[in-house]
Amino acid sequence: MKKKMVKGSAMILSALEKEGVEIIFGFPGGAVLPLYDQLYSSSIRHLLVRHEQGAVHAADGYARVSGKPGVVFATSGPGATNLVTGIANAYMDSVPLVLITGQVASGYIGTDAFQEADITGITLPITKHNYLVGTAEELPHILAEAFYIASTGRRGPVLIDVPKDVFDQEAPFNYEKQVHIKGYNPTYEGHAGQISRAVKAIRDAKRPVIFGGGGLIRAGASGILREFAEQAQIPVSLSLMGLGAYPGDGDLFLGMPGMHGSVTANYALTETDLIIATGVRFDDRVTGKLDTFACNAKIIHIDIDPAEIGKNVTIDIPIVGDVKLVLEELIKKLKPGNTSKWLKQLETWQKEYPLPVGFNGRESKLKPQFVIRELSRLSGDNTIVATDVGQHQMWSAQHFIVRQPASFITSGGLGTMGYGFPAAIGARLASPDSKVICITGDGSFQMNIQELATAVNNKLDMTIALINNSNLGMVRQWQNIFYNKRYSYTALHGNPDFVKVAEAYGAKALRATNNNEATAAIEKALTEKGPVLIDFVVDPDENVYPMVAPNCPINQIITGGDY
Amino acid sequence: MKQVLAVIVENKPGALTRVSGLFSRRGFNIENIAVGETVTPGISRMTITVEGSEKVIEQVVKQLHKLINVIKVSNLSNEPSVMRELMLLKVKAETGFRSDIQQIVETFRGKVVDVSPDSMIIEVTGNDDKLEAIKLLLQHFGIKEIVRTGKVAMLRGSMVTRES
Repeated sequence: MKKKMVKGSAMILSALEKEGVEIIFGFPGGAVLPLYDQLYSSSIRHLLVRHEQGAVHAADGYARVSGKPGVVFATSGPGATNLVTGIANAYMDSVPLVLITGQVASGYIGTDAFQEADITGITLPITKHNYLVGTAEELPHILAEAFYIASTGRRGPVLIDVPKDVFDQEAPFNYEKQVHIKGYNPTYEGHAGQISRAVKAIRDAKRPVIFGGGGLIRAGASGILREFAEQAQIPVSLSLMGLGAYPGDGDLFLGMPGMHGSVTANYALTETDLIIATGVRFDDRVTGKLDTFACNAKIIHIDIDPAEIGKNVTIDIPIVGDVKLVLEELIKKLKPGNTSKWLKQLETWQKEYPLPVGFNGRESKLKPQFVIRELSRLSGDNTIVATDVGQHQMWSAQHFIVRQPASFITSGGLGTMGYGFPAAIGARLASPDSKVICITGDGSFQMNIQELATAVNNKLDMTIALINNSNLGMVRQWQNIFYNKRYSYTALHGNPDFVKVAEAYGAKALRATNNNEATAAIEKALTEKGPVLIDFVVDPDENVYPMVAPNCPINQIITGGDY
Repeated sequence: MKQVLAVIVENKPGALTRVSGLFSRRGFNIENIAVGETVTPGISRMTITVEGSEKVIEQVVKQLHKLINVIKVSNLSNEPSVMRELMLLKVKAETGFRSDIQQIVETFRGKVVDVSPDSMIIEVTGNDDKLEAIKLLLQHFGIKEIVRTGKVAMLRGSMVTRES
């Protein structure tokens, strides 16, 4: 029987349909014209952004919330290079993406043709894998591999670069979701011997701490983590990427550790005799000075990526595997622990060192911590928060109570300003029943402010909480503490009137300059339809505390603020 | 410490770039790298010499394993293995010196593969020590050019480093 011949562009869209893709984030251009033309005959929704970086961040936010790979279309050359920051961001935070970029026609490759860029070369270090397609015949196989690679093992972005002529070539189309790749066999089951060693270590520990990260959320392991912690009575500290994997108001929660972590979490990780690290990678923002980090503790490290184990800190019991499966195995052998003395100590620290909330009683300026706490209080359980990068991000991590996994969406590894707002758009589309709040800063927001058009045009219900201090606040904070208050280029003179900007795009907008206005604005915004921006004009002198100076031991804490 | 890794890869476009790029962007220094096809079609083998502590090498091996096109990575340094490199040397060789050069080449079981009125090309294979030794001796006559392939290595005995 002769196989039906299908055009390359049609193959791509049928493959996406077969993979269950609901939405594509993209921006058209010359090299992807055949693909965009094919969208006319597809049932998949396409979200038109205003900048390719918006598309990739939105797909990233979508992927984090839905757990499915986010899909992006972009054209060759500048279209593809505009994706680079977003790809690097997804790579650092292990977010599954499948990116399809147009390339100049096969015959022009390598000639510096119009809108040509070697995007597979450019993205080599920031993708889990990438492909330059040679002929349409290779497409079904490559697409299946791309989805498989992106969404298994340690997740990550996969890019497929398709020359324009390949979209129009015809070839037989036979799509098989199951692929076998010789050199790619992620380990899911933990090693039984190591699991037994871990159980013994947990049984022997007097001052154990669970230190969890984004891997818990990616593996869907939050439920089992909670069970594990409660059964063994072990306190939990979560990295920025892990927030929500254990309820932020749960009894055993110590807060986030590291540079802007809670005093209790940092003391706990310093004084502990056993760290049970689950889906974390011991980032330098967490560990501080490496040779002083948990120097008297044994460390169990559970991670799906063997390369993470022992990369930064020495591990006593390595367990390579899916953190959910490994915790399930561990819990079977675990008895309820008696850690009451240790928990009592932690409770004392928690009472002694609460987070500074910025009420200093000396002035009436609006404090960012108050705004975040009000957003948390008024928005309810079923809320997804996407943040940008900077002071507002750290205040959000500290003061917003994250109760559910995959509901705190933030750029952890790369620290990408401009991420939060488009990521919130993606989150909105992934979870239509949640409230979505984007917490951003005046610096970050202006890095992708044009996506207001996307949010308005698609009538996306969301609150954009702009923590406006007219400065690049986090950089200013470092200048304040480490550069003798020499504020070199961190004041954002020439900021627009953000209320007017939002209104010009057709969004609703409010402004709050004191506590009462802030509470009222939040209450109003949360019930409105479409995107609503609140411009919170806050005290520019407020810093994020506690703080640990870079490359210092994490128990050397600058508390700075007023308690 | 120098370590020699055998890396078995699928012979896909960009496979070499992926491997070598991994080294440079993670700050690992490749001393040399030699690539060729294996007995299995579509599968190539790279022999990579890298300088670093045990911890560094462990990280290199793990990172290499993460590459989709990499099928297997073996560290040959601590196993009995045969290591060879091929070197071509173009040596100044005026008439009066040719027999002297010839004698050195024979001692090292090398070959003269080209002769011109004032130079000769010598081919020699061996391990580092041997190649350095002959280079030192020939320097006396004046070396005009050297080209080396980089090391290849294979385990001794019946053990094989294959893709499966």
